[in-house]
Formats: sequence, C-alpha cells, structure tokens
Amino acid sequence: MAASIPDGAMVAVPPDNSIPSVALAKALIRRRARGLRLVGVPISGFATDILIGAGCVAEVNTSAVTLGEAGFAPRFSAALKAGTLVVRDATCPAMHTMLQAAEKGVPFMPLRGLIGSDILANRPDWMVIESPFGPLIGGSREKITLLPALHPDVAVFHAVMADSAGNVWVGRRRECATIAHASQRSLVTVERVVEGNFLEDERLCPGAINATYISGIAIAERGAQPSALLDEYGFDTDYVMAYARAAKTEAGFAEWCAEHVFDNQAVAAE
Amino acid sequence: MSYKTEELLAVCIARLIRARPTRHIAVGAASPVPAAAAWLCVKQGDPLHLSLLHKRSGNPFTDGSRELFDLTGQGRIDLFFLGGGQIDGQANINLIGTGAWPGLEVRFPGSFGSAFMYYMSGRTILFREEHSPRVLVDRVAHISAPGTSEPGVFRRGHAQALVTGRCVFDFHPDLGRFSLASYHAGESVESIRAMTGFEFDVPEGVGETPAPSDAELALLRGAVCDEMLETYPDFCARVFERKAAA
Repeated sequence: MAASIPDGAMVAVPPDNSIPSVALAKALIRRRARGLRLVGVPISGFATDILIGAGCVAEVNTSAVTLGEAGFAPRFSAALKAGTLVVRDATCPAMHTMLQAAEKGVPFMPLRGLIGSDILANRPDWMVIESPFGPLIGGSREKITLLPALHPDVAVFHAVMADSAGNVWVGRRRECATIAHASQRSLVTVERVVEGNFLEDERLCPGAINATYISGIAIAERGAQPSALLDEYGFDTDYVMAYARAAKTEAGFAEWCAEHVFDNQAVAAE
Repeated sequence: MSYKTEELLAVCIARLIRARPTRHIAVGAASPVPAAAAWLCVKQGDPLHLSLLHKRSGNPFTDGSRELFDLTGQGRIDLFFLGGGQIDGQANINLIGTGAWPGLEVRFPGSFGSAFMYYMSGRTILFREEHSPRVLVDRVAHISAPGTSEPGVFRRGHAQALVTGRCVFDFHPDLGRFSLASYHAGESVESIRAMTGFEFDVPEGVGETPAPSDAELALLRGAVCDEMLETYPDFCARVFERKAAA
C-alpha cells in the first residue's frame, strides 16, 4: 500500500486520538518516501513526527504537532529549525472547514475567528471579505475569512475492521470519513476483516465509511499503536515517552527507527 | 489540610466557573487542571454539561472532531480553556513559538483551535501554571489568537481571567488589560510584579487566594480523580497519587 503513495503526494493523517495508521506511516519510512505534504486533521501527532524524522516530509499543513502527555514533537521541532520542513500553521476548525469544502465540491467556505491572528497573516491563500449576507457589526458588514477547499491526494488512517464489501468501520471517529470524502484515494489499515456488510446493519452503519471512498485495505494488527484505537486499545504513553527521549537527537532517532521501524515489519502495509 | 499547587489552581478555576452563569463547558486535550475544576463543580452539584474532547470512552462528539467547533460557532459553548507558551498584557496568546515565524527560536506545538475558540466561546479562562517573565510577556512574539478584536469582527467572548501558579488576574476586554484579583499563599503584589512581564492594575484590597477547603480537597482526591483516571493517568498519579486499575 505504501508503494502506491508517490513521493510528493499530499497525505491526510488524523492525530493520535483519531486512529492514525502508524503501520502505514512506518511502511512509508521503509519505502523511503520523500517530499510528502502531510495534512493534520486537525492536528498532527506521533505518525507525523516519525515521518518527519525519517526525512519523508517536505511540508505539513496542520494546527499543531504534539506528542500529547509526552510533550513537544522532537523531530518536527528539529526539522523546522534546520529549515528542512515547511509548516503551514492553521487552527483546528480551519482544517475541518477546508476539507468540508472539498467534501461538498465547492471552491471555498467561510470561517469566523482568525482575524487578528498571525496565522491569517501568514496564509496568503486565505482571504478576508465583507459578508454579503451581514450581519452588520457596528454599522458595517461582518469581516469574515474564506478558506479554499483542500483536496488531499491520499487519506491514510486505521480502522477497527473491514467487511466483505470493502466498507470500513471507524466508530465515532467521523473525521476519518471527512478526510476519506475529501481525498482522491483512501488507504486504510484494519485490525481484521469480517464477513457481511456493515451498511446492512443499523447499529454498525453510522460508524462505517462506504467502500466507494476506499481504494485499499490491508490488515495490520495493532496498526494504530502507540496511538489508541477506540475501545480496543489505549494510547501507549510509555512507548511514546521513550520515543520522545530517544528522538531528541538525530542519532537517537536513527537508532529508534532501526529498532522500531525496520525490525518489526507489518508486511501487509508495504 | 495541606494541598498541592494543582489542587489550589483547580479550586481557583472552579470559583471562576461559578462566578458567571455556565451551562456547557468544553475542555481541551492538555488541560488536566481545568478538567479537574469543571469536574469539581459537577461533583459539588452544579447543573453543568461537560464536553471533554479527549475522553476515549463516552466521548461527547458523534459527528467527528469538527462538532466541537460547529457547536461553538453556534454559541453552544459557554466556557473554554486556553493556555499559551506566551501570554501578554492584552491577553494575546502565542502557541506558535519565539523567534521569526513560524517559531525558529523555540517552536511550541501550534495554535490548535485557539484562533476560533477564543472568539466564539461565551468566555475563556486562560490557564498557565508557570508564572515567569518568559511566559507572561509585554508583547507576544506571535499572536495565535488575539485578546480583543477590531471593530467589524464577530466576537462572542473574551478572557474572563488568567490563572497561574502565583496568582489570579481578571481581564477587562474594554480596557485590554489585566488586574490582579488575588495572589496565592507565599506571594505578594511585589513578587507578582517582579515575575510578570506585563503591566497590570492592582485594585485596592487585593489579598491572598483563599485556600481549598477540606471538602473541596476530598472531592478532588476522590470523585473528581475517579472521573479523570482514564484520560489523565499521569496527572492523577502525580497530583492525587492514584493509579488506574490495570
């Protein structure tokens, strides 16, 4: 699957609380992907930091990069300082809004807030207009920001399961559906494949993403780890803390990578 | 009863929550102290609705992580919490970093939802435990979200207060300035001034922050901690000295 993501692709990735495919991120490192433009939906976590550390990433469009309780993302900070990474800073609802515009097939959507923030000052692709529909604020029309639709090439995430029809099930993590709808292709790793069709099950269908949006499925057991997977397994804080310590230096990251990325291969995600 | 700083801060924030009518509070990811404060209000019987963004089991949002922003946009969130790598005297917050954009000297994680939530929540309580001239600055290096907005911009709310490890400041959006509300035990107006990089007003009669009561501490260490163990295991272990059952 990683082999089908070309260098330079725009890849949308959910954060640690929203079932990223760490298995596929590791496979991208093994295939030595280069120049990826990551989209954090709406922020970025562990998977993004290891991809940056391995030199796979040219640009990240996100509202934050963080390892949660394990602190700042060390390879992200180092790459910014070294000038090898471009970060396009946003705010969470702006990421959602740009993807929702793509979902709807419209060129832009408006978002409140933002005005007076240096985020806006550094986003030449965003535009402030006077709302043609009002309301009037202090006698003049409201100023509001328009955000262009964002169309990732590939959405990459993990799911609990896939069914015989190729639907995948993500439970309440509906932002995975948003990025699947907004992206050209979606590649999904799953814990397991089950018989049947989620869309015919009234209880499962609200958490399902229709196979229409899914381009590839691979089994990768515990494929979100160390991130959490719904009620199946939790965030592995100790693992991420150990990573954060190791990845403080480039040499430490390389050692960590040799042990945790190149030695334990989940073959299906390659 | 002796108490930890985090417990005092949670009680301070709980009092600020109660100071104004509040129905619905949202609490972000890295906010164990504000979460403890909100839970304390709930456990004391306040009829509050709490939405904890990072709650794994029973997470309140069923329409994806955009739902928080959608309902805040509608005005359905009365109170949110924000911190900052830097906070200045006009209540601007910086979650980007220092040095040239985008934080080439020290990079902070990023702005999260601040550039929307700060405007659209009914009000915001700013919280930063470290109270030093490097955090509380005269002017932030970069503005993730501004403390006040220019005319013509829709803005529902502002900072209510800034709670730190040394004191509580009230914010006055009409003046664009903080005033000292109380200082914690061991501090004084002079010590607060010495550790604060921005100017602030000192109303007459400012005194020490009241200590947490035994009842508040018992609730924090019991019923509040019970609710927080899953989401904030490290915080609960450090502050309440309790671990989740394996």
